Amino acid sequence: MTAADLAKRYPEVWRRFDVRQTVVHWLWFAGIVFVAGWSVRHLDITWIYFLDAHVQVGDLLARMFPPDWSHSGQIVQPLIETIHIATLGTIVTYVISIPIAFLSARNVTPNAITWLIGRFILVASRSINTVVWALIFVAIFGPGVMAGIWAITMRSIGFMGKLIAEAIEEIDEGTVEAIEATGASRLKVLLVGVLPQVLPVIYGTTVYRWDINIRESTVLGFVGAGGIGIELYSSINLFNWQQVAMMLIAIFAVVVVSEFVSAITRRRIT
Amino acid sequence: MSYPTTWRRPPMFLTNPTLRLGFWLMIAVYLAWSMGTLDIDWGRVGQGLPRAGDMLARMFPPDFSRWDLLVSGVVESIEMAVAATFIGMILAVPLGLCGAANLAPRPVYLVARAVIVLSRTFHEIIIAIFFVKVLGFGPLAGLLTLIVASVSFIAKMIAEDIENMNMGQIEAVKATGASFPKLLIYAVQPQILPRYLGVCIYRLDANLRHSTVVGIVGAGGIGMTLSASFKRYDYDFSLAILLAIIALVFLGEFFSNWIRRRLR
Repeated sequence: MTAADLAKRYPEVWRRFDVRQTVVHWLWFAGIVFVAGWSVRHLDITWIYFLDAHVQVGDLLARMFPPDWSHSGQIVQPLIETIHIATLGTIVTYVISIPIAFLSARNVTPNAITWLIGRFILVASRSINTVVWALIFVAIFGPGVMAGIWAITMRSIGFMGKLIAEAIEEIDEGTVEAIEATGASRLKVLLVGVLPQVLPVIYGTTVYRWDINIRESTVLGFVGAGGIGIELYSSINLFNWQQVAMMLIAIFAVVVVSEFVSAITRRRIT
Repeated sequence: MSYPTTWRRPPMFLTNPTLRLGFWLMIAVYLAWSMGTLDIDWGRVGQGLPRAGDMLARMFPPDFSRWDLLVSGVVESIEMAVAATFIGMILAVPLGLCGAANLAPRPVYLVARAVIVLSRTFHEIIIAIFFVKVLGFGPLAGLLTLIVASVSFIAKMIAEDIENMNMGQIEAVKATGASFPKLLIYAVQPQILPRYLGVCIYRLDANLRHSTVVGIVGAGGIGMTLSASFKRYDYDFSLAILLAIIALVFLGEFFSNWIRRRLR
């Protein structure tokens, strides 16, 4: 081995990637920057608004302080309503999502068509945001809690159904075969062979979705579907920032507590 | 000795029968209480089914004739999502480093974690409404909303990754006398980069989904078009927009899964 080869193998300065790899990395990076830059340019943003943004934000925060606690009695009922919307929506989802999960799991669905139907329901449910679902259900049921409950339900079906279906696809087939060998009917196989294996996942995702739903149901009121969002939206539109601050603190507390409750429950059941 | 001829699957949770009964009773009481106190106009709800039928009838067939509006809204949503993910993934790095308990000093760590928790608690729409109030209607408000959501999400993931990484490499690099920036580049970055890129791609997919909705409060994107069509009872156009959103989200998810599989 010549000195030149040695120098090439043990360079004075160590580099993790060779020249070609470095160039490829930088090209990737340049490509991403280009796409992002083009997106920002094409959005036709009025940059002049930024000039006084800090003044506006400061002004807003100043108006919010101090939070108006005198109205806190009036938001207890809407807050309870918000929690009800999330909880009832989650309960309805729990009932509906299990059969849909069975339809969309490859190993238990009756045939390819039912699998496609199940998958389509899951994709459609997840693609449409809770607030958009709320728009639809407000048009159907009129403004109020009912629209909120169904909006939460429709969005959650896709979330829970997908996770449960994935769990069903990963079950231990041995149990299923054992139940089949006893001559059990198809329904019995599902109930005794498959369902118990995925129950922990079902309970876990239900509790997890519940705390997401609490967060989602705080904004349903913006489109008229009940809960604290109605009060929040009207206070914002009346520029009553001190009340807004109080409600934001209340929402923060409810969301943090629900996240905590959900985390503890999930640790115990899974 | 006789064996039972039927078998019942023993319960998996709450094996104590009294507790089980109590649990179901609690659910029944809760249902009665919530349904009793909730202010539901049953007469109006009863009209729901015919109204839903009417709405469905008006939705079909979806009206794609105003496709130029549809396309410009979708493009705006995509641009908002891409730009927000890019800016968010850059801003998230310092916040994520500050939020890692094993790198940052205690006060910095607590402040960073507080920022992350605070911005994660509030729904995107609440944040969007504030940006609309401060900066006016338009995609800028939506862009900033998505940036806030992305930064807190990616920063949380970075912080958790750094806390879980292998400290041996850190010590090895420290032992060479490397400065703190060198430590970050040679010991931390190689360990978290693959997961970081995966999280960013996931966030791009999530931003795409959220960018379709911030428009409802006036923050740009296809959501604005959708909410306008709903307000005008233009349901066949609404269905066209909804189908476009479903297709967009489906493609986004497909793309994100494909890239994340390749990163692994």
